[in-house]
Formats: sequence, structure tokens, C-alpha cells
Amino acid sequence: MDTTLLFIQILNGVQLGLLLFLVASGLTLVFGILDFVNLAHGSIYMLGAFICASLTFLVGNFLIAVLLAVPITGVIGYLIERVLIRQLYARSHLDHVLATFGLILVIDTTVQIIWGPAGISVPLPDWLNGQTELFAGVVVPTFRLIIIAAGLAVAAGLFWLVNYTRLGMLIRAGASNSTMVSALGVDIKTLFSLVFALGAMLAGLAGMLISPITEASINMGGEVIITAFVVIIIGGIGSMKGAFVAAILVGLIDTLGRSFLDDVFALFMSQNAAETAAPAISAMLIYILMAVILALRPQGLFPPKVR
Amino acid sequence: MKSLDRTGWITVGVMLLLGVLPPFFYWIGNEFYLLLATRLVILAIAAVSLNLILGYGGMASFGHAAFVGIGAYAMGIPVYHEFYGGFSAAASTNGLFQLALSVGLSALFALITGAISLRTRGVYFIMITMAFAQMVFYLFQSLDEYGGDDGLVIEMRSELPWINLDHPLQMYLLSFVSLVVAMGVVHMIVNSRFGMVLRGAKGNDERLVTLGFNTYLYRLTAYVIAGAICGFAGWLTANFSTFVSPSMMGWGRSGELMFMVILGGAATALGPVLGAAAFILIEEILSSFTVYWHLPFGLMLIGVVLFARGGLLGMLQGRGRGK
Amino acid sequence: MSMLLEIRDLKKGFGGVTATDGVNLSLTQGELHAIIGPNGAGKTTLISQLSGALRPDAGVILFKGGDITRRPAHKRARLGITRSFQITSLVMEMSVLDNVALAVQACDGHSFRFVKPARKISHLRERAQEVLAQVGLADRAALPAVELSHGEHRQLEIAVALATGAELMLLDEPMAGLGGEDSARMIDFLKGLKGERTILLIEHDMDAVFALADRISVLVYGRIIATGSPDEIRGNAEVRHAYLGEE
Repeated sequence: MDTTLLFIQILNGVQLGLLLFLVASGLTLVFGILDFVNLAHGSIYMLGAFICASLTFLVGNFLIAVLLAVPITGVIGYLIERVLIRQLYARSHLDHVLATFGLILVIDTTVQIIWGPAGISVPLPDWLNGQTELFAGVVVPTFRLIIIAAGLAVAAGLFWLVNYTRLGMLIRAGASNSTMVSALGVDIKTLFSLVFALGAMLAGLAGMLISPITEASINMGGEVIITAFVVIIIGGIGSMKGAFVAAILVGLIDTLGRSFLDDVFALFMSQNAAETAAPAISAMLIYILMAVILALRPQGLFPPKVR
Repeated sequence: MKSLDRTGWITVGVMLLLGVLPPFFYWIGNEFYLLLATRLVILAIAAVSLNLILGYGGMASFGHAAFVGIGAYAMGIPVYHEFYGGFSAAASTNGLFQLALSVGLSALFALITGAISLRTRGVYFIMITMAFAQMVFYLFQSLDEYGGDDGLVIEMRSELPWINLDHPLQMYLLSFVSLVVAMGVVHMIVNSRFGMVLRGAKGNDERLVTLGFNTYLYRLTAYVIAGAICGFAGWLTANFSTFVSPSMMGWGRSGELMFMVILGGAATALGPVLGAAAFILIEEILSSFTVYWHLPFGLMLIGVVLFARGGLLGMLQGRGRGK
Repeated sequence: MSMLLEIRDLKKGFGGVTATDGVNLSLTQGELHAIIGPNGAGKTTLISQLSGALRPDAGVILFKGGDITRRPAHKRARLGITRSFQITSLVMEMSVLDNVALAVQACDGHSFRFVKPARKISHLRERAQEVLAQVGLADRAALPAVELSHGEHRQLEIAVALATGAELMLLDEPMAGLGGEDSARMIDFLKGLKGERTILLIEHDMDAVFALADRISVLVYGRIIATGSPDEIRGNAEVRHAYLGEE
């Protein structure tokens, strides 16, 4: 097997994993702290990508567009929480799912009305659009390195936020006992709105970062949300560490499966059969992984502590 | 004839209308309403099967459309091989063979995925059923031989004894009778000893386990039955539209099925039928005004969750606002 | 006399806390054995291990001589062990009669029966009516369980346990929250069960315990510090010091 190709694909897998982590971390925050299941998280991811695309054309620079689009997405998340989500905290998880399913239709159709049904490709500045030679013979797109760096930075920031800040302590306190936070004089409603907004910003950022590679498209939200679900199911719902480990795992397995599964299959079946079977199996690979892990550990890899 | 309560009379009345009106429209030369009603009735069968596990069993499956897709592909793929060769063991236009395949494979898929997902509860179960359905979605999307993303055109409807599915009225009547049978089967099951255990476990699982019921096995059995019925609905769908594609089992479709059950009235015999009817009507009416009909539809769904949990049947009965 | 239940050196911990610390206990057929002890002594934890809701860390549980330590809860129920819950555990959306009928159904073979309507199976319904009459809830049969009062919930909880026909009943504070009249009725009712069923009773109400029990064990910090007849326990200095003296 070509080691250079393998290395590049591992890098791609890590990049996909970090993007998945950005999406899954928002879901985890919202589920872990607000005990809310947000099906529309993928739509916010998609919305972030479209806002960023428009801003890129408006201000002429992708990076500035991202810096503007992230807080805008946060504000939209904040408003959604104030108008709809907070009515639902006292309801069952099934109600959360049904209401946010309705929200998906609303957001997706609104995006379609504003930006039209076709996707929008997002141009990168020249210095980001090139290739970087990591070491002799290994050349990778510069922007993918940027995604990895950004993903790691956000992961570190979240880790710091959850473990070392006052807000993080409040968040963890809120997770175990929201009345206690109220007793400490913290406005729990505002805290919840801010946490939801933070989750929206994380999803939006992921959508923005992927948009120059794929493009901003209506379907991107629906595709990512299920994969993000697979990630948090594998990691253990509500566990940030679990989300990180599982996101990288899923990113790697999905990417490597799509690249190398036919070669692996060819070792023990005919080339022809391998080429037929490989795409089908690699499309299902992360779900098979999920099934196996659930069969062994129904609560995921890092089950969160019981409340 | 035993006496019926008010809900029973409403149920009989609605089903009589559904049995008589569409054929009447066809008879006076308006085929459109017959086709619309066929779609409605087939959707209702899928919703009835979901109601068995969601309404009576408390299993919030967000992947039910996968069974429709599996059932439909299990009808379409044998026809494809009959016409274009390859994989001769599965090549057939025999409706009964296809039907057995649709129901059998759906039940098998329900058995495997149910065995894993029913070990979990609540949110986990919702997400896992969703993920397994998406797995099937991606599987068929990756199978280029069967059209991949574009789907598979079915060259010929199922060949059945006595029944000609190319005839719209016969297609409708078969679907309608199937719906009545499916409703009867579910009604029978939920009132049997098995059904009492299933409903009891929905209300208080720990209590039922303490009484000596292995509730996991009861749930799994119900899940497999629901999968089989829904696979049958898939077989009908494939025959009705002579086309099958991965988009039939996208999670949006599963969400719509879930809404039909909740909107119509979960854990009632007629609820899923009313829900399916409401869905079809809303879709027809809204989409005649605007291509962006999903926007008002989405707002309606949110409204239903926030304000009308009793479902349509609850409103017909003159109660059921709130929880 | 034959032993119905034997517990040998049972241990269970949660994290750093030892909830059951080497409990030995045996119940003879037909005995009413009460377990008393201060809050947090591990009484409910003990019952949960006997019913199968919790797995012990170590030790052996024998029922009719057979090892059931690792059996799942539903299989223990089938062998003839039932429990009631300290916090009422019923199917609230079902009727009072349905709740009891389900318990009768549980000991009437498997329930993978899909055809005949369960509410039309006369022997299930009749037996359930009988049990309801026995606990004094016959006139409430048709109501949804959720509409009963607290006292009635406690009665129904016992009715459900009774209806399973189990030989061994593990009763977790059946008097919890009952007022004077209700609790007197419950004591009378349990008295009527004596000899018919073997009962392991957890109770804080000392009047009830001393009125009912054949033998009493005192559980403190996961250990049984004394077992004996009500008179012996009353006279036991250690018990007075550890528990009764506190009152």
C-alpha cells in the first residue's frame, strides 16, 4: 500500500473527524446541559455555511466572512432558543424531536427561499487555496491543515471551557442541578440561551469550514446530523470526551473505508467482486461500527455519569 | 353485533367513507382522487404499523421509513433481474414471491436492528433507529446497479392470482382491504395478552419485569411485527408508483410517519389513518399554493407539538387538548 | 422446617459506599420476617438484590435450594419471588383491574398470545377481581390507577404483588405515608396473609413490625447486628443502642 496516500487519507480522516466533533460538541453541550435533543442542529450547520458564503461574496474575504458569520449564527441560535426551544424543556424527548423536525422544515425552506435550491461554492483566498508540502513528497491542501488547526483549537477551547472556567463550572453544576445554579444567583434561563447559542456557533463554524471544500447546499445539514448522532451514540450521549474520541474514530474509519476497502477486499475476493462490494460496505461502515459498539456497550464508549 | 362506543362509530364511519368515496370518484370519471386515496391508504398502513410500536409500545422509532424502502426494493429488484438478467435466483414477477421477500426482509431487518436498539431507551433509541435507517439509505444509494441515488424504475407490477394491479380500482381496493386487515391485526394484538404486556411495559417497565415478563422480548416481537407490516406497505408502494428510490426511506419520510401517528392520535385504531389523511390533504393543499409548502407545514408541526397533543381523534371526540 | 430463602455473605457497594456488607439471612416457609434499621442502612438495596433489580458484588442467594444469585429479575419472578415498591410502582394509565390482571397473567404461562382479547379471558379477570376484593378495592376496579388516592395506591401495590401468586413477597415499606386508619387496615390485611405466604417485610412503623413479625432482623450500615423474635429484639441491648434508642 502507498504510504504517502495512506498518510494523506489519515489526515483527511482526522479533518473529517474534527469537523464532526464541532457538530457533535454542540449537540453534546445542548443535550448534556439543557437535556434537549436538537434535530435541527444540522440545519444550523447548513445555515452557517450559507451565511458565510454570502458574506464571502459581500466582503470579498473568506476569513473575515467566517469571523462575521459565527456570531450571526450564534444570535440566530439565541433567538431560536428564546422563541421556541425554551417552551420545550419540560416536554419529553420525543416532543423535542418532533418540534425540531418541524424547525428543520422551516429553516431549510427559508434557506431555499433566500438562496435558491442550488448550492453555492465558496471561493478561498489564494494563499489558502494552495498546497503545502509537509515533508518530502507529502503535499496536502493548505486549507485542510487550516481546518485541522481550527478544529483542534476549538476542541482545546471547549476542554478549557468545561474544565477550567467559572462558566464551565457553572455549566457542569447546571448539568447536575439547575436549581442549584439558580440558588447561586445565576440566571439559568440566560445561561441556557447562551449555551444553545454556543452550540449553534459550533455547528455554524463547522458548516462554514466545510463549505469551500464541498459547497453550501441545502442537503448538507441532513447528511451531517445523522453522522453526528452516530458519533455521540458511540461516544456516549452527553460526554464531551466521548464525542471527541468517537468523532475522530468515525472520521478515520469513514475516510479510510472509502479509500482502501476495495484493496482490502481484493485480498480475499476477486477484483470485480471487491469493487462491487466495497462501496456498499464502506457506505455502511460507521453504522456497522455503531452497531458493534452498542452491542458491546449499550451506553457508548464513555457513558456519562447518571444524574 | 356488539355495541360500539363513540370512538368505534367514528372509526367505522371514516373507514366506510374511505372504502366507498374513492371508488365513487373513479366511477364518475375522476381518477385523481382514487390515486390520491391509494397513496393515503398505503401511507396509513405504514403509520398503523408505526403506531403499534410508537403508540402502544412507547418505542419512538425515527427510522420506520427504512421498512417501506426495504419492502419496495424487495419488490423492485426481482423485477429488475427478470428484465435485465443477472442474479437469476431472485428474478421474478410473481407477486407472492415478491411479497414474501418484502415482508421477510423487513422483518429480518427489524429483528437485527431491533435486537440492538431495544437494548437502549429514550433518546438513544430515537437516534439509533434513525442511524440504522440512514444506513439502508446509503446502502441503496451506493448500489449503482439498482440506480443508486436516481432510483429504480419498476418495469412491471406484481403478478397476482385474480387481481390485476395495473387496474387503478383493483390497486386501490387491495390497498384498502390491506389497511383494514392491518388495523384489525394491530387492534387484535394490542388487546391480547401480548398487547397488555406491551402497553404495560410502556407505562412502567420495571413493574412488568418484576412481575416476571421479559419485556425486551415482547418489545422486540412487536418491533418485528411492525417492521413486517411496514414492509408490506413498501411492497404496495412499489406497485403503486412503479418506482423506488433511496429518498423513500430518508429520515424526513420517517419523521412524516411519526407525525401522522402523533397528529392523528397515538395508541388509537383510527389515529394513524386520520394522520395520514391529514398529511396528504395538507401536502396537496399547501403545495398547490406554493412550492415552499414545507415552510407552513413545518410551522404546523411545531404548532401540533406545542398545542394539540391529543391528536385529531381527540378533537373529534371533543376532548384531548393538552397532555 | 424447610428454608425458602437463604442469603449467604451478600455484599454490594456503590463506589466507596458499602450498602450491603456480608448479610446472612434465612427465611423459613410461611414466616413473616421483618427487617428494621435506620435510614440508609441498606434495606431497599437488599430487597433489590433479592428481586434481581441489582446484582450483588459477592455472596450467594438460594431460593428453594437453587442458586438465583445471577438470575435476571423476570426469571426470579417466575420462580415465585415478587416485590412491592417503597415508591408506588404501577402502570398508572391502565385501570386498577388491568394492573392486577397483568399480575395474574404473569403467572399464567407465557404471554406470547396474540389473538384472544385479554380483557375477555374470564379466569384472569375473575382472579384479579378476587384479589381486589381481598384488599378492599373491588369498587375501584374500573378506574385508571392514576386516579386512586395514596392509600389506595399502597393497597393496589400489595394487590399486584399478591396476584402474582408468588410464594415469597418482598414488601418494601407497605405502610409508607399511610395515616392511622389506613395503616391499621394494612396491618390487619398483612396479618391475614401470614402463614399463607412467606413475607420479607421492610418497615419503619414499629407498631406494625412488632404486631406482625415472627422474627426480626436489625440492619445497620449494611450488616445484620441481631436476629430474633420480637421479644428478643426488644430486649437486645445492642439494638436498643444502635437503633431503637434513637427513637
